[in-house]
Amino acid sequence: MFDRDLWREIFQSINMNKTRSLLSGFTVAFAISLFAILFGIVNGLVNTFDTAFVDDASNSIFINSGKTSKASNGLQAGRRIQFKNEDQAWIKEEFDDKVQYITSRVYLNVTASFRNEKSNYTIRAVNPDHQYLENTLVTYGRFINQSDIKNKTKVVIIGRLVEEDLFLKTTAIGKYINLNGIQYKVVGVFSDDGGDNEERLIYMPVSTAQQIYGNNDYVDQINLTYNPEMDFDAAIGFSNMLTKKLKERFMVSQNDQRAIRVRNLANESKIVNQMTGGLGVMVLVIGFGTLIAGIVGISNMMIFIVKERTKEIGIRKALGAEPKSIVSIILLESILITIIAGFLGLLLGMGVLELAKPILEEFFIKDPSVSWSIVIGALITLIIAGAIAGYLPAKKASRIKPIVALRDN
Amino acid sequence: MLKINKLHKSYPIGDSSLHVLKGIDLSVEAGEMVAIMGSSGSGKSTLLNIIGMLDEADEGEYILDNVPIKDLTEKKAAIYRNKFLGFIFQSFNLINYKSALDNVALPLYYQGLKRKERIEKALFHLEKVGLKKWATHLPNELSGGQKQRVAIARALAANPKLLLADEPTGALDTTTSYEIMDFIQSLNDEGKTILMVTHEEDIANMCKRIVRLKDGVIMEDVFINQVRALQHV
Ligand SMILES: Nc1ncnc2c1ncn2[C@@H]1O[C@H](COP(=O)(O)OP(=O)(O)OP(=O)(O)O)[C@@H](O)[C@H]1O
Ligand SMILES: [Mg+2]
Repeated sequence: MFDRDLWREIFQSINMNKTRSLLSGFTVAFAISLFAILFGIVNGLVNTFDTAFVDDASNSIFINSGKTSKASNGLQAGRRIQFKNEDQAWIKEEFDDKVQYITSRVYLNVTASFRNEKSNYTIRAVNPDHQYLENTLVTYGRFINQSDIKNKTKVVIIGRLVEEDLFLKTTAIGKYINLNGIQYKVVGVFSDDGGDNEERLIYMPVSTAQQIYGNNDYVDQINLTYNPEMDFDAAIGFSNMLTKKLKERFMVSQNDQRAIRVRNLANESKIVNQMTGGLGVMVLVIGFGTLIAGIVGISNMMIFIVKERTKEIGIRKALGAEPKSIVSIILLESILITIIAGFLGLLLGMGVLELAKPILEEFFIKDPSVSWSIVIGALITLIIAGAIAGYLPAKKASRIKPIVALRDN
Repeated sequence: MLKINKLHKSYPIGDSSLHVLKGIDLSVEAGEMVAIMGSSGSGKSTLLNIIGMLDEADEGEYILDNVPIKDLTEKKAAIYRNKFLGFIFQSFNLINYKSALDNVALPLYYQGLKRKERIEKALFHLEKVGLKKWATHLPNELSGGQKQRVAIARALAANPKLLLADEPTGALDTTTSYEIMDFIQSLNDEGKTILMVTHEEDIANMCKRIVRLKDGVIMEDVFINQVRALQHV
């Protein structure tokens, strides 16, 4: 195996039979690069699905209100349902151990300015729990806390891009930002994986927003996460019960789909999980498919090589080659070709993925890539399988009578 | 040197079989130079291939250098082919992607010699056949006569006791044939035992003994006065 002369023989054979080497290497390179590309694309799809929902905790429930669409309890259709602070408190009380985090949301659109910079943003006025409901990462300072809510302090936590827009290269923490003519102290800056829109938000204590912009206790939306120990069925049961009780509380018909809407992400994450599961199966199918194609390719190449070299094998045997040396020459040559071609194919596949990234991203394929460990694993599988597949024809060739081999043309 | 008793060989053809060698008895002493003659299809090559261990007999006895050649392992056979036998073929059988030098050095590789030693020896033999200058050339850059000389150098490289040649001049013109024969005669003069198959009477007459095959048996086996090839060159 580590005999220099043997390797010299092999390199000479590869080098002097370039067409044959190229042809046989091509199959392997093709299989591996296809493997890398397809695998990368599917991985990209998985990434897309994953990130589409990373923004919100997957055990989130969103509660929205609207106008009634059906008459009930003697009340006419078209009545507006308005949530208030007490509704959040009521949910917490009613479903205590089922609720993990809960917050209200009030939305406002404002013009924000700092010195000469000015722009329009959405304010999301929330409770402290909101930080955990949405994967908000506070990079500097702090998030809203309970004393902000109690004292209705005029503080804000701004998104990374708001800081970038308004404060340019300087830090925003401790500075005062003007929102529709009122000054707020920036106490925190956050980042969010949910995309640029999420990072152009401004968070404010819900009580502050209610007092300053409406002088009421109205709430636009209530968000909560259910106890993560609940399984899928329990989670669906919980949100059904919540819906039912809320409808009773607001005297809305149980059949009214508009007045109170409860969206449980468990449903969606189930679909997403099924999707990623399906994609996972696809990954396996692609992986196996290309690997098997590669193995078949290598077997063919071995049969082809042995056939082409039959006469040479006869000559070598007539000159005193042992079967063992015939097998090692043929096998090592094909392993070497597989390794080299495999690496080239791997680089090619990875290169194509890298180049095609911007185009693929337009088709919602995010960050298509394969890990080195997977492709190298695939390559090693190919090499081992190829060696096994190649051993048989090589062994057979080494056994033929020299006279039979010599007669071959 | 070698002794053959009642050797039989048939080739299967479809359902029946073709009986090619029907009881050959032959013994050759060291230093002999034997021509095997006979019409086409009489089994000359078959006999030579069995002697050269490229093929096996169905029946009979074959003793080479006091060793009975029967049911040898592949490994043993390889060692005999390498150490004991040198082959020269009508169609040269050079490896086309190897230079003249590498072709000549190949049997030495299978003897397990170091590369430096292989090259030295191969060059020596190439020089002997007058082709030292052509050492780096590939076979397809050589003429037929040159190729056959490379093949002879290769057959000699491992210093075998017995040289087997199947129509070594069959693919060559008369002048070149005589040059090759002159060289083979000089090898015999140095003591090499030589068996060659030929069609041509003049080539056969340059050997010391002629064995004629017909229908798978030896029809005639005579010692002759050798004609020196040099006279014709
Ligand atoms: N592998 C084989 N299978 C079947 N028949 C064969 C095989 N090899 C040789 N024969 C037959 O055996 C007979 C003898 O063949 P062989 O090659 O020994 O003849 P030869 O005397 O060398 O003839 P030539 O002078 O034409 O070379 C021929 O009839 C040939 O067709
Ligand atoms: Mg013949």
